[in-house]
Amino acid sequence: MTVLDLIWLLPTLPLTGFLILALTGGTLPKSVVAAVGAGSVGLAFIVAALASIELLGSGQESFQLSLWTWMAAGEFASSFAFYLDGLTVVMILVISGVGFLIHLYSTGFMIDDPGYSRFFAYMNLFVAAMLVLVLADNLVLLYLGWEGVGLCSYLLIGFWYENPANGYAARKAFVVTRVGDTSMALGLFLLFSQLGTLNIQELMLAAETQWQTGSGLAVAAALLLLGGAVGKSAQLPLQTWLPDAMAGPTPISALIHAATMVTAGVYLIARTHLLFELAPTVQSLVAWVGLITLLMAGFTALTQHDIKRILAYSTISQIGYMFLGLGVGAWSAAIFHLMTHAFFKALLFLAAGTVILSLHHEHNIFKMGGMRRHLPVAFWSFIIGSAALTALPFTSGYFSKDEILLAALNAEGGGTLLWLGGVIGAFFTAIYSFRLVFVVFFGDSKHEATEVTGFPMAAPLAVLAVLALLGGFIHIPVESVFSHGGGEHEEPHASFLVHALMIAVPIIGVGVSYLLFCARTLDVEKLVRPGVGAMLHKFWFSGWGMDSLYQALFVKPFIFLAKVNRKDIVDLMVGWLVELTALANRLLVRTQTGYLRWYAASVMAGLVVLIVIGVLL
Amino acid sequence: MHSIPFEHGLILAGVLFVLGLIGVLTRRNVVFVLMSLEIMLNACGLAFVVSSARWQHADGQIMFLMILTLAAAEVAVGLGLIIQMYRRYHTVDLNVLTQMKG
Repeated sequence: MTVLDLIWLLPTLPLTGFLILALTGGTLPKSVVAAVGAGSVGLAFIVAALASIELLGSGQESFQLSLWTWMAAGEFASSFAFYLDGLTVVMILVISGVGFLIHLYSTGFMIDDPGYSRFFAYMNLFVAAMLVLVLADNLVLLYLGWEGVGLCSYLLIGFWYENPANGYAARKAFVVTRVGDTSMALGLFLLFSQLGTLNIQELMLAAETQWQTGSGLAVAAALLLLGGAVGKSAQLPLQTWLPDAMAGPTPISALIHAATMVTAGVYLIARTHLLFELAPTVQSLVAWVGLITLLMAGFTALTQHDIKRILAYSTISQIGYMFLGLGVGAWSAAIFHLMTHAFFKALLFLAAGTVILSLHHEHNIFKMGGMRRHLPVAFWSFIIGSAALTALPFTSGYFSKDEILLAALNAEGGGTLLWLGGVIGAFFTAIYSFRLVFVVFFGDSKHEATEVTGFPMAAPLAVLAVLALLGGFIHIPVESVFSHGGGEHEEPHASFLVHALMIAVPIIGVGVSYLLFCARTLDVEKLVRPGVGAMLHKFWFSGWGMDSLYQALFVKPFIFLAKVNRKDIVDLMVGWLVELTALANRLLVRTQTGYLRWYAASVMAGLVVLIVIGVLL
Repeated sequence: MHSIPFEHGLILAGVLFVLGLIGVLTRRNVVFVLMSLEIMLNACGLAFVVSSARWQHADGQIMFLMILTLAAAEVAVGLGLIIQMYRRYHTVDLNVLTQMKG
């Protein structure tokens, strides 16, 4: 009996927390709610840490724990089984670790909210579902977790449901990701019908032996899985839901829409990377989707003025980097970036939460300013988080982004173009992230604000700040996972010039940002006032018009059809049946006269008819 | 000994049955309706007895005894109901009892 046999506790602990909080229905005192909510995730983190140490210490590549057969029908059997390897170790540590910090932060952040208990119930359910997602050893169980986190995302985006706009944002997130989920379900059906199993390890083995590289089936399966991944990870063309998802409480944005759930797509592709290696066209499509998304989202982030929307677009952009890494076969670099991104983006969101709370739910950065003196904790968190996001040298983001870009440069076919795009993206990342810092924390203060803080809120910020700074030195144990098959690309090497450029670009970006938004040597107004500038600004502000495009392309036709078909055609046919029975009823009611002799006569008439029939036949 | 033909017995039973039926359908006085019902029951009984004589089988006669008992019980219940009806409506006219209609 080792700790590894106890990994079933990982999802079970938060699930128990959820059940306790859900079944007591908000009757528990807030201190107990906080203890159950944060404590269950904290315990899960301890189990995850012990299990990880055990696994890595034992020198095994992977560990499997089969609990029970979930369902079996004919040839199909799906079990409740967990699979632990280097990749899973990274994921469970990030999910339970960052998850715990965010839970701890939330105990302070949400303290005045009437839905305190409901909030922690949803959060615990989310952590449980997310852990099932990454621990699952087969795609069906993974799909259970996948849908579970989708549900929790919906519930938490619409957490403040009294405002109809929040409910709309929640529905939008749910429906848009549903498009991707459907594609993924189709992918699972295809894989099962062709390869006869959904166990991930067996599946990858079967795919490698049965399918040729570039065969049609491999391409189709990889494409369908990619559809699921872009939906969950808010990549082009399904990225429109994430900025609206900021309607939820800020800790939710940190946990679900920055650190964990939105990276599930990256995890899915990394987990099934052998399949993507069999379909090189789809793999390079992943890279291009990532590149285009990261550029589009970067430009959009530059124009936003809602502090959380800026961070949301930056999340989309950073996940774009992860996709770029996946697409060029830099699997471990992508997972590395996933981890460092979880640290610094959670830090940024939590710090933004502190700013928002201190300013009484003000989101517009241009109504802030000069907050450096009023909100020192948030200020330093933002400086560190933005430095890591910008990939300034020796912060965590620097190492991970560097690895991805070098791998892109060395990739076959269009590698230089991918690299160049990534570097341009990094330049704009620097501008928009320090634009946020300069506008909010420097300049004249327009508000008097006292920082809302306390141990539960300051401690997670401090821990995350350390991780965002030093996370780049963590060595993630994923070589064994990605060394099968084609194997990891050899250590990418690049000229001194390339290295110098990649260090210089973010620093130049910060400088430009300083000139534009702090020293105001360059006038921003001049840039956006002329015709082209204003048009571009408006176009980028709207997120490249994607929302209005989808509005015109899908939502309006749907509403039109719904209006045309107001009196449901199918309903009409069912209506006829109702009319018919009502008519028969009216006719038969007439025969019920109440006269005894009438009934006796009917009985006799019926008898006569029966006898006649009997005699004639 | 010359016995009555089987068919004659059946025809008599049929005629009695129809007479009873006409009584049930046309009479308004509930006592007469009950009496007509008795005639119909006895018509059935007669058919059983005739049949048992035709096939030299005792089952028909046993059946007639059962019908006799049943008729007695039925009359007891029926008369009880008629008394209740008279108490409530002060009449034995069947046409009064038409509340249960659609």
